[in-house]
Amino acid sequence: MSYDNELYQQVILDHNRKPRNFHEMENPTNSCHGINPLCGDDITIYLKIDETEELIKDISFTGSGCAISKASTSLMTQFLKGKKIDESRLIFDEFHKMVLGEFDPEKQEHHLGKLTLFKGIREYPSRTKCASLAWHTMVGALDKKAEDISTE
Amino acid sequence: MGDSKTITIDKPILDVDKIRGDFPILSKEIGGKPLIYLDNGATTHKPLQVIERVRKFDSEEYGTVRRGSYRLCEHSTQLYEEARQKVADFLGAPTRQEIVFTSGTTQSINLVAHSFGRKFVNSGDEVIISNIEHHANIVPWQVLCDEKGAKLKVIPVADNGELIMEEYDKLLTNKTRVVAVNHVSNALGTINPVNEITRKAHAVGAKVLIDGAQSTPHMKVDVQDIDCDFYTFSGHKMYAPSGIGGMFGKMEVMETMPPYVTGGDMIMQVTLEKSTYAKPPARFEAGTPPISQVIGLGAAIDYLNSVGMDKIFEYEKSLLDYGTQLLNDIEGVRIIGNAKEKAAILSIYLEAAHPHDMITMLDQDGIALRGGHHCAQPTMIRFGVPATARASMAFYNKFSEIDALADSLRKVIKLFS
Repeated sequence: MSYDNELYQQVILDHNRKPRNFHEMENPTNSCHGINPLCGDDITIYLKIDETEELIKDISFTGSGCAISKASTSLMTQFLKGKKIDESRLIFDEFHKMVLGEFDPEKQEHHLGKLTLFKGIREYPSRTKCASLAWHTMVGALDKKAEDISTE
Repeated sequence: MGDSKTITIDKPILDVDKIRGDFPILSKEIGGKPLIYLDNGATTHKPLQVIERVRKFDSEEYGTVRRGSYRLCEHSTQLYEEARQKVADFLGAPTRQEIVFTSGTTQSINLVAHSFGRKFVNSGDEVIISNIEHHANIVPWQVLCDEKGAKLKVIPVADNGELIMEEYDKLLTNKTRVVAVNHVSNALGTINPVNEITRKAHAVGAKVLIDGAQSTPHMKVDVQDIDCDFYTFSGHKMYAPSGIGGMFGKMEVMETMPPYVTGGDMIMQVTLEKSTYAKPPARFEAGTPPISQVIGLGAAIDYLNSVGMDKIFEYEKSLLDYGTQLLNDIEGVRIIGNAKEKAAILSIYLEAAHPHDMITMLDQDGIALRGGHHCAQPTMIRFGVPATARASMAFYNKFSEIDALADSLRKVIKLFS
Protein backbone atom coordinates (compact mmCIF):
# COMPACT_ATOMS: atom_id res chain seq x y z
CA MET A 1 0.00 0.00 0.00
CA SER A 2 1.46 3.32 -0.95
CA TYR A 3 1.12 6.10 1.50
CA ASP A 4 1.94 9.50 0.17
CA ASN A 5 3.46 11.01 3.21
CA GLU A 6 5.98 13.81 3.31
CA LEU A 7 6.57 13.51 7.01
CA TYR A 8 6.49 9.83 7.83
CA GLN A 9 9.00 8.72 5.21
CA GLN A 10 10.62 5.31 5.31
CA VAL A 11 13.85 6.70 6.78
CA ILE A 12 11.96 8.18 9.72
CA LEU A 13 9.90 5.02 10.22
CA ASP A 14 13.05 2.93 10.06
CA HIS A 15 14.90 5.03 12.64
CA ASN A 16 11.80 4.90 14.86
CA ARG A 17 11.78 1.12 14.66
CA LYS A 18 15.53 0.68 14.98
CA PRO A 19 17.07 3.76 16.54
CA ARG A 20 20.86 4.07 16.02
CA ASN A 21 23.33 4.86 18.81
CA PHE A 22 20.51 3.99 21.22
CA HIS A 23 22.35 3.13 24.40
CA GLU A 24 23.73 4.68 27.53
CA MET A 25 27.37 5.78 27.21
CA GLU A 26 30.05 4.81 29.67
CA ASN A 27 32.00 7.79 30.93
CA PRO A 28 30.52 10.50 28.73
CA THR A 29 32.25 13.88 28.92
CA ASN A 30 28.90 15.65 28.57
CA SER A 31 25.25 14.64 28.94
CA CYS A 32 21.86 16.32 29.15
CA HIS A 33 18.23 15.31 29.80
CA GLY A 34 15.46 16.76 27.64
CA ILE A 35 11.68 16.52 27.86
CA ASN A 36 8.80 17.52 25.59
CA PRO A 37 5.67 17.66 27.72
CA LEU A 38 3.35 17.63 24.68
CA CYS A 39 4.14 14.08 23.61
CA GLY A 40 5.87 12.98 26.79
CA ASP A 41 9.13 12.62 24.85
CA ASP A 42 11.95 12.04 27.29
CA ILE A 43 15.55 11.66 26.10
CA THR A 44 19.09 11.79 27.43
CA ILE A 45 21.97 12.68 25.12
CA TYR A 46 25.51 11.47 25.89
CA LEU A 47 28.60 13.01 24.31
CA LYS A 48 32.30 12.25 24.26
CA ILE A 49 34.03 15.46 23.32
CA ASP A 50 37.60 15.57 22.03
CA GLU A 51 38.75 18.86 23.50
CA THR A 52 41.92 19.20 21.46
CA GLU A 53 40.25 18.46 18.13
CA GLU A 54 37.08 20.28 19.26
CA LEU A 55 34.84 17.59 17.89
CA ILE A 56 32.14 15.13 18.91
CA LYS A 57 34.02 11.84 19.14
CA ASP A 58 31.01 9.81 20.18
CA ILE A 59 27.30 10.43 20.73
CA SER A 60 24.45 8.23 21.95
CA PHE A 61 21.01 8.51 23.52
CA THR A 62 18.40 6.77 25.63
CA GLY A 63 14.74 7.51 26.25
CA SER A 64 11.27 7.17 24.81
CA GLY A 65 8.84 9.21 22.78
CA CYS A 66 6.95 9.62 19.55
CA ALA A 67 8.31 8.50 16.18
CA ILE A 68 9.36 11.99 15.18
CA SER A 69 11.41 12.59 18.31
CA LYS A 70 12.98 9.14 18.27
CA ALA A 71 13.88 9.26 14.59
CA SER A 72 15.13 12.82 14.87
CA THR A 73 17.41 11.90 17.76
CA SER A 74 18.66 8.77 16.03
CA LEU A 75 19.43 10.61 12.79
CA MET A 76 21.09 13.44 14.68
CA THR A 77 23.47 11.08 16.46
CA GLN A 78 24.44 9.48 13.14
CA PHE A 79 24.94 12.86 11.54
CA LEU A 80 26.97 14.53 14.27
CA LYS A 81 29.37 11.72 15.12
CA GLY A 82 32.85 13.03 14.24
CA LYS A 83 31.61 16.55 13.45
CA LYS A 84 33.35 19.66 14.78
CA ILE A 85 31.56 21.39 17.64
CA ASP A 86 31.27 24.66 15.71
CA GLU A 87 29.74 22.87 12.76
CA SER A 88 27.33 21.00 15.03
CA ARG A 89 26.08 24.26 16.44
CA LEU A 90 25.64 25.64 12.94
CA ILE A 91 23.67 22.56 11.89
CA PHE A 92 21.51 22.92 15.01
CA ASP A 93 20.76 26.48 13.98
CA GLU A 94 19.81 25.50 10.45
CA PHE A 95 17.73 22.52 11.60
CA HIS A 96 15.90 24.56 14.20
CA LYS A 97 15.06 27.28 11.69
CA MET A 98 14.03 24.72 9.07
CA VAL A 99 11.44 23.01 11.29
CA LEU A 100 10.06 26.43 12.24
CA GLY A 101 9.74 27.29 8.55
CA GLU A 102 12.29 30.10 8.76
CA PHE A 103 14.93 28.36 6.65
CA ASP A 104 14.29 26.61 3.36
CA PRO A 105 17.04 24.13 2.45
CA GLU A 106 15.67 23.99 -1.10
CA LYS A 107 16.44 27.65 -1.63
CA GLN A 108 19.33 28.32 0.70
CA GLU A 109 22.75 26.77 1.08
CA HIS A 110 22.75 24.34 3.97
CA HIS A 111 24.71 21.70 5.85
CA LEU A 112 21.78 19.47 6.73
CA GLY A 113 22.29 16.53 4.40
CA LYS A 114 19.41 14.06 4.69
CA LEU A 115 18.12 15.83 7.79
CA THR A 116 16.09 17.94 5.36
CA LEU A 117 13.53 15.13 5.43
CA PHE A 118 12.17 16.72 8.60
CA LYS A 119 11.13 19.77 6.59
CA GLY A 120 7.52 18.55 6.44
CA ILE A 121 7.11 19.01 10.18
CA ARG A 122 6.67 22.77 9.73
CA GLU A 123 3.11 21.99 8.57
CA TYR A 124 2.49 20.87 12.14
CA PRO A 125 3.70 23.65 14.44
CA SER A 126 2.68 21.70 17.54
CA ARG A 127 4.99 18.85 16.48
CA THR A 128 8.11 20.88 15.67
CA LYS A 129 9.16 20.41 19.28
CA CYS A 130 9.23 16.66 18.75
CA ALA A 131 11.82 17.10 16.00
CA SER A 132 13.92 19.74 17.72
CA LEU A 133 14.04 18.25 21.23
CA ALA A 134 17.14 16.16 20.41
CA TRP A 135 18.95 19.19 19.08
CA HIS A 136 18.15 21.43 22.01
CA THR A 137 19.25 18.67 24.34
CA MET A 138 22.49 18.15 22.36
CA VAL A 139 23.31 21.85 22.67
CA GLY A 140 22.43 21.63 26.37
CA ALA A 141 24.98 18.83 26.65
CA LEU A 142 27.62 20.85 24.79
CA ASP A 143 26.97 23.76 27.14
CA LYS A 144 27.06 21.38 30.11
CA LYS A 145 23.60 22.52 31.24
CA ALA A 146 22.84 20.93 34.59
CA GLU A 147 19.06 21.43 34.49
CA ASP A 148 16.63 19.59 32.20
CA ILE A 149 15.97 20.98 28.76
CA SER A 150 12.24 21.41 28.13
CA THR A 151 10.57 22.37 24.89
CA GLU A 152 7.89 24.24 26.84
CA MET B 1 -46.88 -9.67 -4.54
CA GLY B 2 -49.34 -12.05 -3.07
CA ASP B 3 -47.81 -11.87 0.36
CA SER B 4 -49.87 -9.57 2.50
CA LYS B 5 -47.30 -9.42 5.26
CA THR B 6 -45.96 -5.90 5.59
CA ILE B 7 -42.27 -5.53 5.14
CA THR B 8 -40.75 -3.28 7.74
CA ILE B 9 -37.78 -1.30 6.61
CA ASP B 10 -35.36 -0.19 9.27
CA LYS B 11 -36.14 3.48 9.53
CA PRO B 12 -33.01 5.50 10.15
CA ILE B 13 -33.01 7.16 13.53
CA LEU B 14 -31.95 10.50 12.06
CA ASP B 15 -31.72 12.04 8.61
CA VAL B 16 -27.99 12.69 8.94
CA ASP B 17 -27.53 14.04 5.42
CA LYS B 18 -30.15 16.68 6.10
CA ILE B 19 -28.56 17.49 9.45
CA ARG B 20 -25.11 17.82 7.85
CA GLY B 21 -26.57 20.37 5.47
CA ASP B 22 -27.13 22.60 8.50
CA PHE B 23 -23.41 22.63 9.38
CA PRO B 24 -21.42 24.58 6.77
CA ILE B 25 -18.00 23.48 8.00
CA LEU B 26 -18.79 19.81 7.47
CA SER B 27 -18.63 20.26 3.71
CA LYS B 28 -15.13 21.76 3.89
CA GLU B 29 -12.00 20.01 2.76
CA ILE B 30 -8.75 19.78 4.70
CA GLY B 31 -5.72 19.46 2.44
CA GLY B 32 -7.92 18.26 -0.42
CA LYS B 33 -9.72 15.61 1.67
CA PRO B 34 -13.24 15.93 3.05
CA LEU B 35 -13.14 16.91 6.71
CA ILE B 36 -14.04 14.06 9.03
CA TYR B 37 -14.59 15.77 12.33
CA LEU B 38 -14.31 13.47 15.33
CA ASP B 39 -13.23 15.90 18.04
CA ASN B 40 -16.67 16.81 19.30
CA GLY B 41 -15.63 16.16 22.89
CA ALA B 42 -13.30 19.14 22.58
CA THR B 43 -15.66 21.43 20.75
CA THR B 44 -18.60 21.11 18.37
CA HIS B 45 -19.47 22.95 15.19
CA LYS B 46 -22.36 25.31 14.81
CA PRO B 47 -25.42 24.88 12.64
CA LEU B 48 -26.63 27.72 10.41
CA GLN B 49 -29.55 28.17 12.79
CA VAL B 50 -27.09 29.30 15.48
CA ILE B 51 -24.79 31.24 13.15
CA GLU B 52 -27.71 33.07 11.56
CA ARG B 53 -29.47 33.78 14.84
CA VAL B 54 -26.34 35.42 16.27
CA ARG B 55 -25.77 37.34 13.04
CA LYS B 56 -29.33 38.65 13.07
CA PHE B 57 -29.13 39.55 16.73
CA ASP B 58 -25.85 41.42 16.27
CA SER B 59 -27.06 43.20 13.13
CA GLU B 60 -30.55 44.13 14.20
CA GLU B 61 -31.24 43.60 17.88
CA TYR B 62 -28.08 43.95 19.96
CA GLY B 63 -28.20 46.00 23.11
CA THR B 64 -26.93 45.67 26.65
CA VAL B 65 -28.97 43.75 29.19
CA ARG B 66 -30.52 44.75 32.52
CA ARG B 67 -28.99 48.23 32.41
CA GLY B 68 -31.43 50.57 30.77
CA SER B 69 -35.04 51.16 30.03
CA TYR B 70 -34.79 52.09 26.37
CA ARG B 71 -36.37 49.66 23.96
CA LEU B 72 -33.23 48.15 22.48
CA CYS B 73 -32.03 47.22 25.94
CA GLU B 74 -35.45 45.96 27.01
CA HIS B 75 -35.64 43.76 23.94
CA SER B 76 -32.12 42.42 24.42
CA THR B 77 -32.83 41.70 28.10
CA GLN B 78 -35.99 39.86 27.16
CA LEU B 79 -34.16 37.66 24.65
CA TYR B 80 -31.38 37.06 27.16
CA GLU B 81 -33.85 35.90 29.81
CA GLU B 82 -35.72 33.79 27.27
CA ALA B 83 -32.43 32.00 26.58
CA ARG B 84 -32.09 31.40 30.31
CA GLN B 85 -35.55 29.84 30.30
CA LYS B 86 -34.52 27.62 27.39
CA VAL B 87 -31.53 26.38 29.37
CA ALA B 88 -33.73 25.77 32.42
CA ASP B 89 -36.19 23.74 30.36
CA PHE B 90 -33.36 21.89 28.62
CA LEU B 91 -31.87 20.79 31.95
CA GLY B 92 -35.22 20.21 33.67
CA ALA B 93 -34.57 22.97 36.21
CA PRO B 94 -37.63 24.11 38.21
CA THR B 95 -37.05 27.83 37.56
CA ARG B 96 -34.92 29.94 35.24
CA GLN B 97 -33.52 31.83 38.25
CA GLU B 98 -31.61 28.65 39.04
CA ILE B 99 -29.56 28.98 35.84
CA VAL B 100 -26.36 31.03 36.09
CA PHE B 101 -24.52 32.00 32.93
CA THR B 102 -20.74 31.64 33.06
CA SER B 103 -18.03 31.27 30.45
CA GLY B 104 -18.41 27.50 30.68
CA THR B 105 -17.89 24.45 32.84
CA THR B 106 -14.45 25.50 34.07
CA GLN B 107 -15.74 28.79 35.40
CA SER B 108 -18.86 27.16 36.83
CA ILE B 109 -16.84 24.68 38.86
CA ASN B 110 -14.49 27.43 40.01
CA LEU B 111 -17.52 29.45 41.05
CA VAL B 112 -18.83 26.64 43.23
CA ALA B 113 -15.40 25.78 44.65
CA HIS B 114 -14.66 29.40 45.51
CA SER B 115 -18.08 30.50 46.69
CA PHE B 116 -19.67 27.43 48.24
CA GLY B 117 -16.31 25.81 48.99
CA ARG B 118 -14.72 28.76 50.79
CA LYS B 119 -17.77 29.20 52.98
CA PHE B 120 -18.72 25.64 53.78
CA VAL B 121 -15.55 23.53 53.47
CA ASN B 122 -13.29 23.84 56.50
CA SER B 123 -10.22 22.25 58.02
CA GLY B 124 -10.69 18.51 58.40
CA ASP B 125 -13.63 18.39 55.98
CA GLU B 126 -13.58 16.21 52.90
CA VAL B 127 -14.25 16.65 49.19
CA ILE B 128 -14.76 13.63 46.93
CA ILE B 129 -13.96 13.54 43.22
CA SER B 130 -13.29 10.57 40.93
CA ASN B 131 -10.24 9.17 39.17
CA ILE B 132 -11.72 10.00 35.76
CA GLU B 133 -12.30 13.73 36.07
CA HIS B 134 -11.28 16.50 33.70
CA HIS B 135 -8.62 18.76 35.19
CA ALA B 136 -11.36 21.41 35.52
CA ASN B 137 -13.03 19.19 38.12
CA ILE B 138 -9.79 18.35 39.91
CA VAL B 139 -7.66 21.46 40.25
CA PRO B 140 -10.29 23.83 41.78
CA TRP B 141 -10.91 21.27 44.52
CA GLN B 142 -7.19 20.68 45.09
CA VAL B 143 -6.67 24.42 45.52
CA LEU B 144 -9.64 24.65 47.90
CA CYS B 145 -8.51 21.67 49.97
CA ASP B 146 -4.92 22.99 50.18
CA GLU B 147 -6.16 26.36 51.29
CA LYS B 148 -8.59 25.00 53.87
CA GLY B 149 -6.65 22.01 55.15
CA ALA B 150 -9.43 19.77 53.84
CA LYS B 151 -8.92 16.30 52.40
CA LEU B 152 -9.48 15.42 48.74
CA LYS B 153 -10.64 11.83 48.29
CA VAL B 154 -10.89 9.99 45.01
CA ILE B 155 -13.38 7.35 43.83
CA PRO B 156 -11.30 4.69 42.06
CA VAL B 157 -12.13 3.38 38.62
CA ALA B 158 -12.26 -0.24 37.46
CA ASP B 159 -10.40 -1.56 34.42
CA ASN B 160 -13.50 -1.19 32.25
CA GLY B 161 -13.72 2.53 33.04
CA GLU B 162 -16.61 2.34 35.55
CA LEU B 163 -16.40 3.93 38.97
CA ILE B 164 -16.11 1.40 41.78
CA MET B 165 -19.22 2.27 43.72
CA GLU B 166 -18.44 0.05 46.72
CA GLU B 167 -15.33 2.14 47.24
CA TYR B 168 -17.37 5.33 46.92
CA ASP B 169 -19.61 4.10 49.73
CA LYS B 170 -16.53 3.75 51.94
CA LEU B 171 -15.25 7.25 51.14
CA LEU B 172 -18.44 8.98 52.29
CA THR B 173 -18.35 10.20 55.88
CA ASN B 174 -20.09 12.84 57.93
CA LYS B 175 -17.15 15.09 57.05
CA THR B 176 -17.91 14.96 53.33
CA ARG B 177 -18.97 18.43 52.24
CA VAL B 178 -18.88 18.17 48.46
CA VAL B 179 -18.98 15.34 45.93
CA ALA B 180 -17.97 16.50 42.45
CA VAL B 181 -18.03 14.05 39.54
CA ASN B 182 -18.70 14.18 35.83
CA HIS B 183 -21.86 12.83 34.28
CA VAL B 184 -19.85 11.55 31.30
CA SER B 185 -16.07 11.10 31.32
CA ASN B 186 -14.45 13.16 28.57
CA ALA B 187 -11.53 10.76 28.28
CA LEU B 188 -13.36 7.41 28.36
CA GLY B 189 -17.02 8.12 27.68
CA THR B 190 -18.21 6.38 30.85
CA ILE B 191 -21.70 7.50 31.91
CA ASN B 192 -21.56 7.68 35.68
CA PRO B 193 -24.48 6.69 37.95
CA VAL B 194 -25.10 10.27 39.03
CA ASN B 195 -28.47 9.60 40.65
CA GLU B 196 -26.98 7.03 42.99
CA ILE B 197 -23.89 9.18 43.64
CA THR B 198 -26.13 12.12 44.54
CA ARG B 199 -28.49 10.13 46.74
CA LYS B 200 -25.64 8.66 48.76
CA ALA B 201 -23.88 12.01 49.12
CA HIS B 202 -27.08 13.64 50.34
CA ALA B 203 -27.49 10.85 52.88
CA VAL B 204 -24.33 12.09 54.63
CA GLY B 205 -25.27 15.75 54.20
CA ALA B 206 -22.88 16.58 51.34
CA LYS B 207 -23.69 18.77 48.37
CA VAL B 208 -23.24 17.42 44.85
CA LEU B 209 -21.80 19.02 41.73
CA ILE B 210 -22.19 17.18 38.44
CA ASP B 211 -19.91 18.24 35.58
CA GLY B 212 -22.23 17.98 32.59
CA ALA B 213 -19.83 19.24 29.91
CA GLN B 214 -19.91 15.92 28.05
CA SER B 215 -23.50 14.90 28.79
CA THR B 216 -25.57 17.96 27.87
CA PRO B 217 -24.75 17.74 24.14
CA HIS B 218 -25.51 14.03 23.87
CA MET B 219 -28.35 12.97 26.17
CA LYS B 220 -31.46 14.16 27.93
CA VAL B 221 -30.59 15.64 31.31
CA ASP B 222 -33.02 16.17 34.18
CA VAL B 223 -31.45 17.90 37.14
CA GLN B 224 -34.55 17.37 39.27
CA ASP B 225 -34.41 13.66 38.65
CA ILE B 226 -30.70 13.56 39.50
CA ASP B 227 -31.42 15.86 42.46
CA CYS B 228 -27.88 17.31 42.30
CA ASP B 229 -27.16 20.71 43.82
CA PHE B 230 -25.10 21.98 40.87
CA TYR B 231 -24.96 20.92 37.24
CA THR B 232 -22.42 22.59 34.94
CA PHE B 233 -22.21 22.82 31.15
CA SER B 234 -20.30 24.44 28.25
CA GLY B 235 -22.03 25.98 25.25
CA HIS B 236 -19.27 25.34 22.74
CA LYS B 237 -19.58 21.59 23.30
CA MET B 238 -23.30 21.75 22.49
CA TYR B 239 -23.25 23.52 19.11
CA ALA B 240 -23.37 27.01 20.61
CA PRO B 241 -20.72 29.76 20.43
CA SER B 242 -17.61 29.53 22.58
CA GLY B 243 -17.26 31.67 25.69
CA ILE B 244 -20.69 30.84 27.07
CA GLY B 245 -21.92 28.11 29.38
CA GLY B 246 -23.31 27.99 32.82
CA MET B 247 -24.75 25.93 35.58
CA PHE B 248 -27.89 24.93 37.33
CA GLY B 249 -27.78 25.57 41.05
CA LYS B 250 -30.55 24.84 43.52
CA MET B 251 -31.90 28.18 44.68
CA GLU B 252 -31.90 27.18 48.35
CA VAL B 253 -28.18 26.40 48.07
CA MET B 254 -27.18 29.35 45.90
CA GLU B 255 -28.94 31.75 48.30
CA THR B 256 -26.48 30.73 51.03
CA MET B 257 -23.46 31.42 48.82
CA PRO B 258 -21.35 34.59 48.75
CA PRO B 259 -20.44 36.21 45.43
CA TYR B 260 -17.46 34.87 43.50
CA VAL B 261 -16.63 37.58 40.95
CA THR B 262 -17.80 41.00 42.13
CA GLY B 263 -18.64 44.24 40.37
CA GLY B 264 -21.54 45.66 38.42
CA ASP B 265 -24.89 43.93 38.08
CA MET B 266 -24.41 41.54 41.00
CA ILE B 267 -25.36 44.07 43.63
CA MET B 268 -28.51 45.22 45.36
CA GLN B 269 -27.06 48.49 46.59
CA VAL B 270 -23.57 49.94 46.80
CA THR B 271 -22.32 52.72 49.05
CA LEU B 272 -18.66 53.53 49.58
CA GLU B 273 -18.85 51.71 52.92
CA LYS B 274 -20.80 48.60 52.07
CA SER B 275 -22.56 46.64 49.36
CA THR B 276 -25.48 44.29 49.45
CA TYR B 277 -25.80 41.59 46.87
CA ALA B 278 -28.44 40.69 44.37
CA LYS B 279 -30.26 37.36 44.54
CA PRO B 280 -29.03 34.51 42.35
CA PRO B 281 -28.52 34.24 39.46
CA ALA B 282 -27.54 37.93 39.16
CA ARG B 283 -25.30 37.58 42.23
CA PHE B 284 -23.03 35.36 40.16
CA GLU B 285 -23.14 37.31 36.91
CA ALA B 286 -20.98 40.37 37.57
CA GLY B 287 -20.16 42.53 34.58
CA THR B 288 -21.72 42.66 31.14
CA PRO B 289 -22.27 39.06 30.05
CA PRO B 290 -21.48 37.63 26.59
CA ILE B 291 -24.91 38.64 25.30
CA SER B 292 -24.71 37.47 21.68
CA GLN B 293 -23.28 34.16 22.83
CA VAL B 294 -26.22 33.64 25.20
CA ILE B 295 -28.60 34.26 22.28
CA GLY B 296 -26.56 31.70 20.30
CA LEU B 297 -26.82 29.22 23.14
CA GLY B 298 -30.60 29.60 23.12
CA ALA B 299 -30.63 28.96 19.37
CA ALA B 300 -28.43 25.87 19.84
CA ILE B 301 -30.88 24.49 22.39
CA ASP B 302 -33.78 25.13 20.01
CA TYR B 303 -31.82 23.22 17.38
CA LEU B 304 -31.07 20.29 19.68
CA ASN B 305 -34.73 20.16 20.71
CA SER B 306 -35.80 20.14 17.07
CA VAL B 307 -33.61 17.10 16.43
CA GLY B 308 -34.57 15.53 19.77
CA MET B 309 -32.17 14.56 22.55
CA ASP B 310 -33.51 11.01 22.76
CA LYS B 311 -32.92 10.50 19.05
CA ILE B 312 -29.47 12.06 19.32
CA PHE B 313 -28.55 9.67 22.11
CA GLU B 314 -29.93 6.67 20.27
CA TYR B 315 -28.15 7.55 17.02
CA GLU B 316 -24.82 8.30 18.69
CA LYS B 317 -25.11 5.04 20.59
CA SER B 318 -25.47 3.22 17.29
CA LEU B 319 -22.33 5.01 16.03
CA LEU B 320 -20.50 3.98 19.18
CA ASP B 321 -21.55 0.33 18.92
CA TYR B 322 -20.57 0.27 15.26
CA GLY B 323 -17.19 1.91 15.91
CA THR B 324 -16.43 -0.27 18.92
CA GLN B 325 -17.00 -3.44 16.93
CA LEU B 326 -15.06 -2.17 13.93
CA LEU B 327 -12.04 -1.10 15.94
CA ASN B 328 -12.04 -4.16 18.18
CA ASP B 329 -11.62 -6.24 15.02
CA ILE B 330 -8.36 -4.45 14.17
CA GLU B 331 -5.35 -6.19 15.62
CA GLY B 332 -3.20 -3.83 17.66
CA VAL B 333 -6.02 -1.46 18.62
CA ARG B 334 -6.84 -1.11 22.28
CA ILE B 335 -9.95 0.82 23.32
CA ILE B 336 -9.53 2.34 26.76
CA GLY B 337 -12.82 2.42 28.63
CA ASN B 338 -15.52 -0.14 28.00
CA ALA B 339 -18.17 0.83 30.50
CA LYS B 340 -21.60 -0.71 30.03
CA GLU B 341 -23.16 2.75 30.05
CA LYS B 342 -21.10 4.78 27.65
CA ALA B 343 -21.35 7.89 25.50
CA ALA B 344 -20.00 8.01 21.94
CA ILE B 345 -16.31 8.31 22.78
CA LEU B 346 -13.61 5.90 21.63
CA SER B 347 -10.30 6.39 23.40
CA ILE B 348 -7.83 4.59 21.18
CA TYR B 349 -4.37 3.32 21.99
CA LEU B 350 -2.13 1.62 19.46
CA GLU B 351 0.79 -0.53 20.49
CA ALA B 352 2.50 0.32 17.20
CA ALA B 353 2.39 4.10 17.17
CA HIS B 354 2.55 6.97 19.62
CA PRO B 355 -0.85 8.76 19.79
CA HIS B 356 0.63 11.97 18.38
CA ASP B 357 2.09 10.19 15.37
CA MET B 358 -1.30 8.56 14.90
CA ILE B 359 -3.08 11.94 15.04
CA THR B 360 -0.71 13.53 12.56
CA MET B 361 -1.18 10.61 10.17
CA LEU B 362 -4.98 10.64 10.53
CA ASP B 363 -4.96 14.38 9.90
CA GLN B 364 -3.35 13.71 6.57
CA ASP B 365 -6.48 11.71 5.72
CA GLY B 366 -8.65 14.66 6.74
CA ILE B 367 -9.64 13.04 10.04
CA ALA B 368 -9.63 15.42 12.98
CA LEU B 369 -9.41 13.88 16.39
CA ARG B 370 -7.56 14.68 19.53
CA GLY B 371 -4.43 12.99 20.76
CA GLY B 372 -3.17 13.65 24.21
CA HIS B 373 -4.18 13.29 27.81
CA HIS B 374 -7.50 15.11 27.23
CA CYS B 375 -6.95 17.26 30.32
CA ALA B 376 -7.39 14.07 32.29
CA GLN B 377 -3.85 13.05 33.21
CA PRO B 378 -4.91 11.04 36.28
CA THR B 379 -7.13 8.95 33.98
CA MET B 380 -4.19 8.27 31.64
CA ILE B 381 -1.95 7.34 34.58
CA ARG B 382 -4.62 4.99 35.90
CA PHE B 383 -4.77 3.13 32.59
CA GLY B 384 -0.99 3.14 32.14
CA VAL B 385 -0.87 5.05 28.86
CA PRO B 386 0.85 8.40 28.17
CA ALA B 387 -1.96 9.55 25.94
CA THR B 388 -4.72 8.27 23.69
CA ALA B 389 -6.32 9.32 20.45
CA ARG B 390 -9.95 10.13 21.12
CA ALA B 391 -12.70 9.83 18.57
CA SER B 392 -15.65 11.71 20.07
CA MET B 393 -18.72 11.46 17.89
CA ALA B 394 -21.72 13.67 17.32
CA PHE B 395 -25.08 13.16 15.65
CA TYR B 396 -23.74 14.73 12.45
CA ASN B 397 -21.15 11.99 12.03
CA LYS B 398 -21.80 9.27 9.48
CA PHE B 399 -21.12 5.57 9.70
CA SER B 400 -18.88 5.95 6.65
CA GLU B 401 -16.69 8.33 8.64
CA ILE B 402 -16.14 5.61 11.22
CA ASP B 403 -15.18 3.30 8.34
CA ALA B 404 -12.66 5.91 7.21
CA LEU B 405 -11.25 6.10 10.73
CA ALA B 406 -10.82 2.33 10.81
CA ASP B 407 -9.15 2.33 7.37
CA SER B 408 -6.72 5.05 8.46
CA LEU B 409 -5.89 3.23 11.68
CA ARG B 410 -5.10 0.10 9.68
CA LYS B 411 -2.73 2.15 7.53
CA VAL B 412 -1.02 3.63 10.57
CA ILE B 413 -0.55 0.21 12.14
CA LYS B 414 0.82 -1.20 8.90
CA LEU B 415 3.22 1.69 8.42
CA PHE B 416 4.55 1.65 11.97
CA SER B 417 4.77 -2.09 12.52
